[in-house]
Amino acid sequence: MKHVRALNRKARRAERGIDDHDDVMAMQEQQPLPLSCTTVFDPGWEIDALGGMGLLCQPMERDLYACYNECWWPAQLPDQMVNYPDWSEKCASAVKDWRHLDLVFP
Amino acid sequence: MGEHRSMRYRLHECRRFRVAGREVLFLVPSHSIFALDELAAEIVHLLEEREALSISDILRHLNGHRSSAEPMGAIRELVSLGILQPAAQPINPRPQPAPPATFPLRTLVLNVTNTCNLSCGYCYEYGEDQLSHSPPRAMPWEVAKRAVDFLLEHSGESDRVSLTFFGGEPLLNFKLIRRTVSYAEQRAAERGKRIDFSLTTNATLLTRRVIDFLAEHRIGVTVSIDGPRELNDRLRVFPSGRGSYDVIAPKIADLLRRHKTRPIGARVTLTSAVREVERIFDYLIDLGFQDVGFAPVTTAVGRDYALSEEALAEVLRQFETLTERFVEAALRGSYLGFSNLSDLLWELHHGFSKSYPCGAGLGLLGVSPTGDLALCHRFIESPQHRLGTVETGVDERRRAAFLKAAHLSRKTDCHTCWVRGLCSGGCHHEAYVRYGDTFHPNLHYCDWIRAWTEIGIRAYVRIMEGNPAFFDRLEGRKSP
Ligand code: SF4
Ligand code: SF4
Repeated sequence: MKHVRALNRKARRAERGIDDHDDVMAMQEQQPLPLSCTTVFDPGWEIDALGGMGLLCQPMERDLYACYNECWWPAQLPDQMVNYPDWSEKCASAVKDWRHLDLVFP
Repeated sequence: MGEHRSMRYRLHECRRFRVAGREVLFLVPSHSIFALDELAAEIVHLLEEREALSISDILRHLNGHRSSAEPMGAIRELVSLGILQPAAQPINPRPQPAPPATFPLRTLVLNVTNTCNLSCGYCYEYGEDQLSHSPPRAMPWEVAKRAVDFLLEHSGESDRVSLTFFGGEPLLNFKLIRRTVSYAEQRAAERGKRIDFSLTTNATLLTRRVIDFLAEHRIGVTVSIDGPRELNDRLRVFPSGRGSYDVIAPKIADLLRRHKTRPIGARVTLTSAVREVERIFDYLIDLGFQDVGFAPVTTAVGRDYALSEEALAEVLRQFETLTERFVEAALRGSYLGFSNLSDLLWELHHGFSKSYPCGAGLGLLGVSPTGDLALCHRFIESPQHRLGTVETGVDERRRAAFLKAAHLSRKTDCHTCWVRGLCSGGCHHEAYVRYGDTFHPNLHYCDWIRAWTEIGIRAYVRIMEGNPAFFDRLEGRKSP
């Protein structure tokens, strides 16, 4: 790291989370939710939003709400912006809590 | 570099400080602390003033740079450390994790007697804010023995447990303490565990025989004392009204001279009558205490010994002065025994973030003289906070209900507070006395806690930058 220097232990762990790619857990901790689509154009999985690879290798469960977050488009998923703002409330971390994403009946 | 510069980012929840000419960032969700160089700081400033910016916007604002390579590198670092967050990601997406269903017991606090030979005006056991009106009782041997077994049986994998003797004045039941220590040592050894003992006392009953016993068995001692005579004797008095200072002074001197196997600490209760923090601190350190800690008195609203707003502000100013002295000492490689600060620094160093303020009901339980289990020592004999008995074990249903209700995620007042992972709403007992609700956040202290945390972060950064090895020593002190 050139511009940001970790001072305490927690910060050093965050640093390792990206520097050594083995630490998948730390990476998932940092990015607990998926990036969204439509408004920002998910760049796909070959390259991350910054043109690098540091943010790749996200757990596949992240896709579960890719069309939900900050989206109004009536897709196969509930939308957050208009109709189902609380749909993911019980799902703090997609990897662990995806079972809490329930069916909705419009 | 790919062209994904329309992606918008926002600043994650954080606090920024300027410490010794440097920009420092405390990331609230993770408790990481970072130092930023000029470029990174500039980006953070940019985003502080705005909801979110796309990468190209950020680059445009940083147009003093020859190429975008440097700024891009800084952005990438900020993003990968979680300081910048995709704007599309919900704010605060991750509540603190729920407690595990079972966890090992680490500390048991035995209320070996509920009586005391002093009658301090502010005591929560005897004063106006006591939780119960139980008859005087000393813990019988069968209960203490069962409690030791209970602790060892429930300590799970951990190879270290601790047993604390508390009261009332625990030394009124010294005979039991002696018997319990030798039994516990033997049982712990059989199970291959290490057991640590500690004791909180008003020092009035320390005799040479008692002191030598404490030293021999490495029993950590904390003395409740409020400073020099005229301060101590304002509220720490015998039932006759006579001050306790003259009785305890020679005994404390003896204790500090003879007991060298564990650090001896002093605990001061701050009230409207006793608030000269720095003076008290110097006095007690000069006496020979290794550590001095201060706690504001716990009271219901309206008690005349409660600390007023101005008194709290004064306490904070003096804490700050002591912090300054602590930092100077630490930079020279020596340790000033101001335990409020050393505890905070230790938490900051690790970046601990908690969903509960303390171990009450988790790894720590209190035991009443009759063997009832309580959330912690302060809730002993409060029927509402009973969690089973040493005989029948923990009432897991009640414990689960407590842990659910006490969890930080339930304290909506705290959800936007930047110190929530350190404070977690504060002491349950304080809340109960103050608001009549164990689960109420201690909102009367918020400003104070936030100001104090900032003082702690500034101190942490200065020591870390000037003498990082200090924290290895601190580590040794905190986990002997
Ligand atoms: S300082 Fe106040 S708002 Fe913040 S966590 Fe503590 S009680 Fe809650
Ligand atoms: S509830 Fe209060 S007194 Fe009891 S262990 Fe927690 S902080 Fe300490």
